[in-house]
Amino acid sequence: MNKIRTLTTVLLSSAMLAGAWAARPQQASGDEVTIKVVAQRFHYTPEEITVKKGQAVVLAITSLDFVHGFKVPELGIRADLPPGKVTEVRFTPQKAGKFDFLCDNFCGSGHEEMSGRIVVVD
Amino acid sequence: MLNRRDFLQLAALGGGAVFASGLAGCAQMAAGGRNDDFYFVQLSDTHWGFKGAANPDAAITLPKAVAAVNALPVQPDFIVFTGDLTHTTDDQDERRRRMRQFKEIVADLKVKQHYYLPGEHDASLDRGAAFIELFGPTHYTFNHRGVHFIALDNVSDPGAAVGDEQIAWLKTELAKVPGGAPIVILTHRPLFDLVPKWDWATRDGDKVMAALMPYQNVTIFYGHIHQEHHHQTAHIQHHASKSLIFPLPAPGSQDKRLPLPWDAEHPYKGLGFREVHAPGQTFNELTV
Repeated sequence: MNKIRTLTTVLLSSAMLAGAWAARPQQASGDEVTIKVVAQRFHYTPEEITVKKGQAVVLAITSLDFVHGFKVPELGIRADLPPGKVTEVRFTPQKAGKFDFLCDNFCGSGHEEMSGRIVVVD
Repeated sequence: MLNRRDFLQLAALGGGAVFASGLAGCAQMAAGGRNDDFYFVQLSDTHWGFKGAANPDAAITLPKAVAAVNALPVQPDFIVFTGDLTHTTDDQDERRRRMRQFKEIVADLKVKQHYYLPGEHDASLDRGAAFIELFGPTHYTFNHRGVHFIALDNVSDPGAAVGDEQIAWLKTELAKVPGGAPIVILTHRPLFDLVPKWDWATRDGDKVMAALMPYQNVTIFYGHIHQEHHHQTAHIQHHASKSLIFPLPAPGSQDKRLPLPWDAEHPYKGLGFREVHAPGQTFNELTV
């Protein structure tokens, strides 16, 4: 029961984050799309993630070596990425554009270069 | 007292000289007839141990800065180092070695009263353990001629949070300050969202600012962004100092916050200084 509650909380939190992005009620145009992302000192793979406006997205992020951060400041999204597990970040972009993300947990020499970009296309 | 030429000498190597009477609240002290004027020097982001194309002179930049400060005809009352004393390393022994070397170099300063703050390069990978061993506490207070200084640690947490416990301590310390007295906050990272996409922020900086807001005479000095920068949150001013290693781009001016290229013809281009001085309480910004 507790696990179900925890999962529900995570999903609701993710929905709230997506709401912060969209700033209005959303309707996904299709099935959820999952994109795998790897975080490793001092880069993300891929560094550029292209998604479609209105498409529900799950970023399944695996950190290989550190509790990196994943933050998209313009969209109000952030998560810690503990190694050894997959961290899911859900959102449904409602606006086309380019949105930078970065590691916001200092991870060593090269931390300042650990960043990437989400590109939302029409 | 320092004159413009003295400041220019210091400016050649970066750093900031700060006149206390230019701080919020000190004008009232002067008007009240108290002769409490003094100045201190702020050095920041020395990154001892850095090796890279951004500063081929890295091994001599800090000793040069020490010599420049020592050459000032009137010495400051004290010197503050606002973080990133050393460049980060995964090797804990090497981290301590760099800190010891840093201490040996700055021991040559004529002025012996120093206040050290950690930056993320010093403290984030071990939550401040090496820094505390070699420099002492990461947050503390001190008073000097009627000015109340508070050093805040926003780097020992790798997520750049000050944390509720330290914020509670801050509130307690603030409550001890006599009403209207000048307060100076020293810290490493900006306490406001300067450029979040470059990590130029403090995760719970809004809570810190909320704690400071009831106090009328607060001035904040910080480093981290390797350039002079000024910002105001309501009545509270934030002033960033240049670094002693390499300059960084103007806030948000490009995709990545990479160091500006070394200019061999102008090897200290981008480094400079800030003065805040009496009696007009105005900031005089000069470039090198």
